[in-house]
Amino acid sequence: MPIELNEEMVRQRIARRIAREFHDGDVVNLGIGIPTLVSDYIPEDVRVIFQTENGAVGAGPAPDKPDLRFIGAGGRPLTILPGGCFVASDLSFGLIRGGHVDATVLGALQVSQEGDLANWMVPGKIVPGMGGAMDLVVGARRVIIATTHTTKKGEAKILRKCTLPLTAKGVVKLIVTEYAVFSIEKGQLKLLEIAPETTLDEIRAITEADFTVADPLITMQGTEEEKA
Amino acid sequence: MAKKVIKPVLSAAEAVKCIKPGMSVIIGGFNYGGIPYTLVDALVESGVGELTLIANDSAYEDVGHGKLVANGQVKKVVASHVGLNKKTGQFYMEGKLELELCPQGTFVERIRAGGFGLGGILTPTGVGTVVEEGKQVLEIDGKKYLLELPLRANVALIRAYQADRMGNLTYFGTNRNFNPIMATAADYVVAEVDSVLEVGELDPNEIVTPGILIDALVVKGDNYYANRT
Repeated sequence: MPIELNEEMVRQRIARRIAREFHDGDVVNLGIGIPTLVSDYIPEDVRVIFQTENGAVGAGPAPDKPDLRFIGAGGRPLTILPGGCFVASDLSFGLIRGGHVDATVLGALQVSQEGDLANWMVPGKIVPGMGGAMDLVVGARRVIIATTHTTKKGEAKILRKCTLPLTAKGVVKLIVTEYAVFSIEKGQLKLLEIAPETTLDEIRAITEADFTVADPLITMQGTEEEKA
Repeated sequence: MAKKVIKPVLSAAEAVKCIKPGMSVIIGGFNYGGIPYTLVDALVESGVGELTLIANDSAYEDVGHGKLVANGQVKKVVASHVGLNKKTGQFYMEGKLELELCPQGTFVERIRAGGFGLGGILTPTGVGTVVEEGKQVLEIDGKKYLLELPLRANVALIRAYQADRMGNLTYFGTNRNFNPIMATAADYVVAEVDSVLEVGELDPNEIVTPGILIDALVVKGDNYYANRT
């Protein structure tokens, strides 16, 4: 097993790495939890337009003085940047399903090696509902998963097959954890990067899924920026 | 039946009298934004029960239409997300509440279909998941879609920003969300607004919902959230 990392460091590391995935002009929808942190790390020369499913296009950071007439999908106050606008829910989801959102970043309970995602319910527990997640993962051009590598109990989350109810089949394109970055192309999981404090054998030990390894396998990008 | 050209401006209590036991009510809002708080509080106050609540989420147990659930006035919830209101999950698990979960984009399109005269919509959302169960799957150009059916209600309670006396509506910020779509999908539509202006005082370019969809107007009351959202 790789050495355990501080929880806050894990969150920031995953967010920092995902922030490198975007291109200037990309329209991006961030889920709640770790994905929300991604906006803090977007490089200065990249302008990303953040879309929220409740109807903001061009959302900015939380204001000093919250005005509850401007909130994000998770209920957090936001600002609208110059050039931004508000849309009703039909257009908001039209943008999402219609392929006008370049990427969505979401958390996961489980991901399969073929890109199936489970992130909305656990049988036997109270069902919160899928909200907008099923539309986001079907409609966004690129689905990026931000997740810890294992559950708190140490169980693998990157699996051969998901055992929990699916949010969608075959949609995940990139998985970023605190220890590794994987791509999924044509149903094939591939390890692209590993964190400096771990090894390939350790990654295999905490990943149930079968995967190929990129050549060269590089150190996880962004970890060099972490403060010692 | 044609709606009146000049809309009555009612108290919230008067406006919700049209809602009888067993009716379906569609209510605007997303999380705590854009809920017609004053109307919802009046409906809670009325105690009318056996309602079918159609809303994006079931709010919080002590905020907005979440109170209707907590108060036992709702027999069925149609929503995309109910995790913020503990009572919804609890009553569902206890068998006291029927729950129909619907992906949010599908939810809004079903309402649009209900209000736009469509027999249903085809969406790729939910294919290969439990959402597919019991639904017709159609393959078009090699891609699978679910047939999702229209959603309508007896009464819609919506939140807008400003109205004129003809019921034309503007919206503010992320409070817009489901409100303009819901205004199309009920037999009787009540809009709660910050203020009611005279006819001609709203710029036609700013109007989102035409007044022909609206039956009655209510000015927001002194509710904590009504004054902040």
